[in-house]
Amino acid sequence: MSAPEGPGRLLDRSDPARAVGLDAHLARWGTLPVVAPEALLVAVEQSGLRGRGGAWFPVGTKWRAVAGGRRARPVVVANGPEGEPASGKDRYLLRHTPHLVLDGAAVAARAVGADRVVVHVTAEAVPGIGAALAERSRRAIDACTFEVVVAPDRFLSGQEAAAVATINGKNPGLPTFAGIRSVREQGVGGRPTLVQNVETLAHVALIARYGPQWFRSVGTYDSPGTALVTVTGRWESPRIVEVPLGTTLGGALGLGPDAASGIQGVLLGGYGGGWLPTATALTMPLTEEEARRHGSSIGAGVVVLLPTGICPLAEAARVVRYLEGEGAGQCGPCVNGLDLIATSMELLAHRPGSLRGGVAALPTLCGLVEGRGACRHPDGVARFVRTTLDIFADHATAHLRRGPCRTTPPFLALPAGTGSVASVAVRPGAVGTRSR
Amino acid sequence: MSRARYRMVVDPIACDGAGVCAELLPELISLDPWGFPIVHPGEVPRELVGLARRAETSCPRLALTLVRLDDV
Repeated sequence: MSAPEGPGRLLDRSDPARAVGLDAHLARWGTLPVVAPEALLVAVEQSGLRGRGGAWFPVGTKWRAVAGGRRARPVVVANGPEGEPASGKDRYLLRHTPHLVLDGAAVAARAVGADRVVVHVTAEAVPGIGAALAERSRRAIDACTFEVVVAPDRFLSGQEAAAVATINGKNPGLPTFAGIRSVREQGVGGRPTLVQNVETLAHVALIARYGPQWFRSVGTYDSPGTALVTVTGRWESPRIVEVPLGTTLGGALGLGPDAASGIQGVLLGGYGGGWLPTATALTMPLTEEEARRHGSSIGAGVVVLLPTGICPLAEAARVVRYLEGEGAGQCGPCVNGLDLIATSMELLAHRPGSLRGGVAALPTLCGLVEGRGACRHPDGVARFVRTTLDIFADHATAHLRRGPCRTTPPFLALPAGTGSVASVAVRPGAVGTRSR
Repeated sequence: MSRARYRMVVDPIACDGAGVCAELLPELISLDPWGFPIVHPGEVPRELVGLARRAETSCPRLALTLVRLDDV
């Protein structure tokens, strides 16, 4: 099999609603080469691959830490609950190319010395993964065992420690405190555990076949390869696009300067990410370093293009209230702080005259929750709020001077039941590939 | 022997904001508006390690831990 050229690696042009079966998968990519664990670790380290679940942590570093433990055999978790309401790329991979994900998990297991892989996904992905696992087991192509664990449909489900808690059946979906000992040392069943996002594993499946140099032939030194992004806000259905890192979102989406005038701002990284000015978001080289330099993150690859004519503060208030409700409710600063932040955002959006201390009170509140939870949930909310106030500062001033905007229908995607908008469903035909 | 260097870590899930730690060690621990501790993030100065030890053992929820810096 020849290595895929050009930026289109994970996305293909076949019907996105149907799964690529094992035969077609092997015809497209070939069988996984049998490589020694140490060589796999080195390949992943050299590839520079960074985790696509949101944190962009160097994958090789994580694998080395899990493989290096002297204790019990490690466990690998293929993590795909994708709790971000505006994200669809992980569900796309699980539904359409499950064998790429499962190949990557098998490679990870071999590399770190695990004999057990847990596929952690929400209920909707279970039948597809079950069918794919049945195909693999008929051919006996894997040296490790696979099992499927259903994730709760919650924002925090995919958080590393929350995933392990779900798999262990203890406080499902709730993060635990990892300040002293992380799941890498003590996770599933008390074993060292590698939790890796499903898109990350799909990239691994290709690195194992074509090597780190091939992987690095696209992207930048610090953000090599491609990334899947889910784009909403401009087209009727969400679009999943594969972006060569280091190129621009504007280029990948075909949005030039003229299109930018209809977009108020761009949310990058999801509801724990940050808003960027439209021109910045569309023209900066898309890398995690660049996103962080602008106070945001690529996160799990969520891109929301907010059109003009919608009150960004009302939308942000809805999202923050949703995030407050999705908190695990375990840590005092987060429980108290997020509620106060959500209330303040609601006041700014709808009754700005009642906001005590004005807009300046909000960054202070953010500072009181940052870094003080067992997980990074409060930090994500704080980043969302800080960048909202930053990018839409003029809008906030207008609220305080002239009162709130007239009400518009809810726009940003939230799961059904938390707002009046249905959750994002990526429909067939909505998936776009970047042309070669 | 007592050359070890320490920092303090609060388990925010275990902590219920009793505030004992801030009373014992106001030099390094303050309380937020809801009564939960804000802990000085750096190394515990050597002269305060004894008091930090007391704060650790006095926490009714055992939520405060002195962690050796070379352990993390």
